[in-house]
Parts: sequence; structure tokens; C-alpha cells
Amino acid sequence: MPHITFAAAIQRHIVCPEREVVAPTVGAALEAVFALQPELRGYLLDDQGQLRRHMAIFVDGHAIRDRQRLGDHVAPGSRIYVVQALSGG
Amino acid sequence: MNDQLLVATRKGLFILHHHRDGRWQTAETHFLGEPVSMALVDPRDDTLYAALNLGHFGVKLWRRRAGAAEWEPCAVPVYPPQPDPLPEPLPDHPPAAPWSLQQIWALEPGGSDQPGVLWAGTIPGGLFRSDDGGDSWTLNRPLWDRPERTEWFGGGYDAPGIHSICVDPRDSRHLTLAVSCGGVWQSHDDGASWDCTSAGMEADYMPPERREDPNIQDPHRMVQCAGTPETLWVQHHNGIFRSSDGGAQWQRLFAQPSSFGFAVAVHPLEPDTAWFVPAVKDVCRVPVDARFVVTRTQDGGASFEPLDDGLPSPPAYDLVYRHGLAVDATGLRLAMGSTTGGLWLTEDGGEHWQCLSAHLPPIYCVRFG
Repeated sequence: MPHITFAAAIQRHIVCPEREVVAPTVGAALEAVFALQPELRGYLLDDQGQLRRHMAIFVDGHAIRDRQRLGDHVAPGSRIYVVQALSGG
Repeated sequence: MNDQLLVATRKGLFILHHHRDGRWQTAETHFLGEPVSMALVDPRDDTLYAALNLGHFGVKLWRRRAGAAEWEPCAVPVYPPQPDPLPEPLPDHPPAAPWSLQQIWALEPGGSDQPGVLWAGTIPGGLFRSDDGGDSWTLNRPLWDRPERTEWFGGGYDAPGIHSICVDPRDSRHLTLAVSCGGVWQSHDDGASWDCTSAGMEADYMPPERREDPNIQDPHRMVQCAGTPETLWVQHHNGIFRSSDGGAQWQRLFAQPSSFGFAVAVHPLEPDTAWFVPAVKDVCRVPVDARFVVTRTQDGGASFEPLDDGLPSPPAYDLVYRHGLAVDATGLRLAMGSTTGGLWLTEDGGEHWQCLSAHLPPIYCVRFG
């Protein structure tokens, strides 16, 4: 199963442990986490469901391309990292 | 007198209390390290609200009930699904801002007859209402859907924003808003319909044909006299404006050493008395001759006097942003916070100031409660 990890900067606001999720895309992986922690959604996504401007998500070391619909594919063994972009200060 | 002062800063919320011996001391520090864009003490139930603008993680709103020890998260205003794609801007219109909350720039309680009602002014220009003390929010569509809104543009931020909300103390259904940059808007029916009421304002930063366009004015801050609500004061990008007829017509006033600034406060009982904190001009936002002063008028803007007793000697480069000046319910006590972290207080209408701190983070908002 894909493995999702959240950066320490997020933990300052909401404790979100590493998780194994069943999901074919980045968006589905996040939805699986939001189902367990709905309060996390607004920290990662904006009002339109897009990845926040100063957030970044990497799948197996590559930044995702679809920041609007989060449709990047994840493989069963993928490792997903959700981090803050330094552009946010 | 209000003996509690909220100071919202770039790096936290500080709450000062006034002691019987006259000293003001920081009693509480909250959200240290986080940008607090707005704070409010709801006078109807003493609930505290703090709006955060986290650089990475978006806007958050927290609430602390009177007597409670802990803060609790509130809902934040959320914009509805935007058209996909956003429409191309019309000729002369700025690009459409995404329908996504960027900042809570104003937070005001509804009237005393409207328990639980809160109004939030936001960037990118939406007005939101809560009927349950922040548990849920609804975008005011009558204003958001006005075609004129697409002509609004950002002032200091990329997108336009509502920074001033005045709820008429005589009639809670009467709202007056100020928008940077979108002029002054009023509703007399609880937000069901709106009119732009900026007649008389001038925008020298626009081409000559557009300078009197009411919909592109940049009021930096607007305040309403509680005892005489038909008197409104605006510190505008282009100077100082006053209306004595509820905003139907605005008169431009000229102050020394400058009419440029961001903040304005009006005496709650004396509509002709107001305070400003001048800077040179829009292209040089520092005190004139590096002399940091407050200007006060007591005659409706016919004359202004500089007040600086207790303020730092030149050179001083403090700038007071739009929510950085507040007056309490008596009209005698004012607080002022600068973008370089200075905090001052006066107990006599500005005749004498005391420095409460010179080393706070950049101050966004001061508020008594």
C-alpha cells in the first residue's frame, strides 16, 4: 500500500502520523487521510480543493504535476511526502 | 474605560491588562510565532476571536469563550465552487482572483439584537456572515455577485479585500463596508442588496477619466461615530475624507504634515474628533521628516494638530497600519501599534502617550475589549 508521511511543520498544528492508505492517486490518498482526520483538509487544500500554494507533495521523490485535481498516480509501493514549500516563508 | 487590550501581530496575539496602579502589562501570549491578522472581543458575550493567516496552511479562526481556559477552532469562511474556468476579465477589468480565502481582514460582531452574528471581511473581497459565533459561515452572494465587484483590484495585496465593517448601532440591518480597492458599500436590508456610496472620493492614482469612479476608490480604513452614526471618517489612499450624511457624499480634507496614512479612529461621542497617523505619501511610507506624530482634529477636519508627547524622537520610521489605531468607549484612551513593533497608549485623547513596548513583532491590529 502507498505510504504517506507529513512534514514536521504540519505536526505543529495537527498531529498526523504516517499512514498506509489504499489509493490509486494522490487525491485519493489524501481523502483516505481526511476521512480519519477531517480537520486536516483545510490545512493542505484551499477552498477549491487545490493544493495550497505554499504546499508541496512528492511521490517517490518527484513533485506532483496536478496540483488542481491531485490526479497523479501512486503505485502500491509508493512513498508520498506532504511538505511545506519554502516559498511560504 | 476598557481595561483589556488585544494586540494582533505578525508573530502572535498579546493581551495586555490595565492595573489599578496605572500600568499596562502583557498578561497573556497566544499563538506565538503565528501571524494573527485580526482579533476581536465580542462585547455581547466577551468571547475572544483570533484570525490566523498561516503562511503554508491557510487561514484559521480560533475562539475562546468567556471564562474558558482553552481556545477552540472555529469554522473558517469557505468560498463556494468557482466557475471553471474563471471568466476572462472584461476590458479594463483586473484578472479574476481565485475564489479562495486568503485573509480575514475584518471581523465585527452583529448588533446587540443579533446574538451570535459575526461579519467577516476577507481577501479576495467576500463578505461572510456567521449566525452561530463562528461555527459556520455563509458568503454574502448579493455583494459577491454584483458585476461591479469584478472591477475591484488589490491594494497592498494581490486581490481586493474588505477591511472595514460598520454595523449601525441604530439599526443592525444597516451595514457599511470599505474595500481596498472597491470603494464604500452599504446595505440597509441586512445584506440583501447593496449600493456603492463613494461619491466625492477621488483617486489620483487612476487615469483622469476614472478618478471619481466610486467603485475603484481605495479607502484604507473607515470608522463610524457610535454616537452620531451618520458621521463616517475614511483614511483613503489619496487623503482624508469625511461624510456627515451617512456616506451619501464625502468631503476631502487636508491635514498637516500629510494627509496620507492608513489608520483612523473617531471619538465615539464627538463626531468632529478623529485621529490619524500620517506618513509622507504612498511612494514613501514613513513619517514626514522622520517625526512620528498622531494628528487630531476636533473641528470636523477644518484643522489638524500634531500630537507627539511621549512618542519617539526623530528619527523614527514607525508606520501604523489600518487596524493599528483604536479608541475605547470613552474617547479618551487610544492605543497605537506600528509595523516596527512599537506600542503606545494615551489616556487623554492623545495629549500624552506612553510606550508600552518598543520590541513587539510587527503589529497588525490593536483593539480594546
